[in-house]
Amino acid sequence: MKIVVCVNHVPDTATKVNISSDQKTIDSNGVTYVVNPYDEFAIEEALKTKEAVGGEVIALSLGNDTNKETLRKALAMGADSAILLKSNSSLDSMATAKAIAAEITNQDAKLIFMGKQSVDYDSSIIGQLVASLLDYNIVSTATAFNLDGESITAEREIEGGKESIETSLPAVITAQKGLNEPRYASLKGIMTAKKKVIEEKDIELTESHVIVNTIKKPEEKIAGKIVGEDASAVPELVRLLKEEAKVI
Amino acid sequence: MTNKFLVFVEQRDGEIKKSSFEVIKKGSRLAASKNIDIEAVIIGDTINNLENIGAYGISKVTHLQNSELANYSESAYSNLLIRFAQDISADTILLSNTAMGKDLAPPLAVKLNAGIIVDCTSLNFNNDNLVATRPVYAGKALVEVESNLENNVYTLRPNVFTIGDISDAKAEVITKSVDELNLANKVVSVTKAEGKLDVAEADIIVSGGRGMKAAENFGLIEELAGILGAATGASRAVVDAGWRPHSDQVGQTGKTVSPNLYIAVGISGAIQHLAGMQSSKFIVAINKDKDAPIFQLADYGIVGDAFEVLPALINELKKD
Repeated sequence: MKIVVCVNHVPDTATKVNISSDQKTIDSNGVTYVVNPYDEFAIEEALKTKEAVGGEVIALSLGNDTNKETLRKALAMGADSAILLKSNSSLDSMATAKAIAAEITNQDAKLIFMGKQSVDYDSSIIGQLVASLLDYNIVSTATAFNLDGESITAEREIEGGKESIETSLPAVITAQKGLNEPRYASLKGIMTAKKKVIEEKDIELTESHVIVNTIKKPEEKIAGKIVGEDASAVPELVRLLKEEAKVI
Repeated sequence: MTNKFLVFVEQRDGEIKKSSFEVIKKGSRLAASKNIDIEAVIIGDTINNLENIGAYGISKVTHLQNSELANYSESAYSNLLIRFAQDISADTILLSNTAMGKDLAPPLAVKLNAGIIVDCTSLNFNNDNLVATRPVYAGKALVEVESNLENNVYTLRPNVFTIGDISDAKAEVITKSVDELNLANKVVSVTKAEGKLDVAEADIIVSGGRGMKAAENFGLIEELAGILGAATGASRAVVDAGWRPHSDQVGQTGKTVSPNLYIAVGISGAIQHLAGMQSSKFIVAINKDKDAPIFQLADYGIVGDAFEVLPALINELKKD
């Protein structure tokens, strides 16, 4: 079975965000990029599934040349091949999902993994859009996944609990933290990954319809007051919360 | 050009969720400002007090009913919702940015050839076009976006849009039983975390970090949360250490929250944590280190040991 895992190349979560002079994009100068954290769980689940049922794992990323670093990481962890869908422009969620869905159709893959959200634009809808475009089943924010023939049992996180889901292939699964423990790339894996060729494809982009007017930083919060030290400050804190903030 | 609003109302266990009332109120305000028609739809089996939607400004709600719909099914719910939106020619659809809303907005957008903008923290008309603001990079930046399509789907972040005044109006409830459901994808059971409020929906959050020293000490965090009717949160460090479940994690690889009150105990304030909670309306920090970055964001701070301050705070609040 062909398994596609979609990976994204994003600023490290410890990074500070600066706005470019065009006020529409993030300034990438000095920013460290990493594999999107949730995609590591997706890669691991794809590899585990291949180990259980056989087949091949194809890592897929949409973006510019720097995304190859993330694709190499997927190869080093154990993906069999990697494809870069080349795009230098920033796309809206729908255009991104259409490009990914088109390549999945090319590959004729029936099981797709990706992180539940990319920690840059945080939309957390690419998996659902891809599933809907392809008429595949979807399990989003998955914390457990099991494949038995064509049947899928899974768990997904919801507010204050979990849902157990039954569905079947073809399907898109978006990974939440807790789904598994991603493996480290072995030295052998890293050496093998260096030798592999990342296939690059030019894509036909559909128009983006959600337009960014501006991007800005949130207003800086002004630091408030130190109420006091140790337990002696507690009565004053409670008074302030009741009378000034009026939140308790 | 917006001609017809539709609000998807979410129920769990037959009860309408608070975040849906926020969407109803916001939608009704937007619709009223432009004299545009608005109605609501809800999917489920038995649902309590549906007519109360009227109090929040929508006078007509359609209940698509079948006993198989008591639990969520992405395939059945999305098919019903798409068909309903088409039947009433809705061009602007609002949902909550919840687990369910984030699942249903994408298929609506695909099948209705609509623009999709999720996790909005503001949504307003600029002339006749809706302009949305949404946080990106877990709130380290805000983007202002708009769509140039006729049909659009928006999800609104819970706990951001205030409900304000409500009336005593009752909505007209139209119950339609539906069949031939597509149950290709269905929830067979729901496990609730015992007595737990979710951090993303809570009005008050009490969060603990590494300063709590060990998993068993979170009893103090839970006790304080219990007294305040709050949800418990956690920093990434203590989730990674296995002291707390990931569902409690606040920050860039956890949840982004905006409660009325956020109490951070023993959390120094790594940038990825601050990003996730900086939009809280009031922030209290309790930390031993007076130079901890969390104090830069806090409205009220106490410099002190969590194991002295927390029991004192619990006692003080118990006096009420």
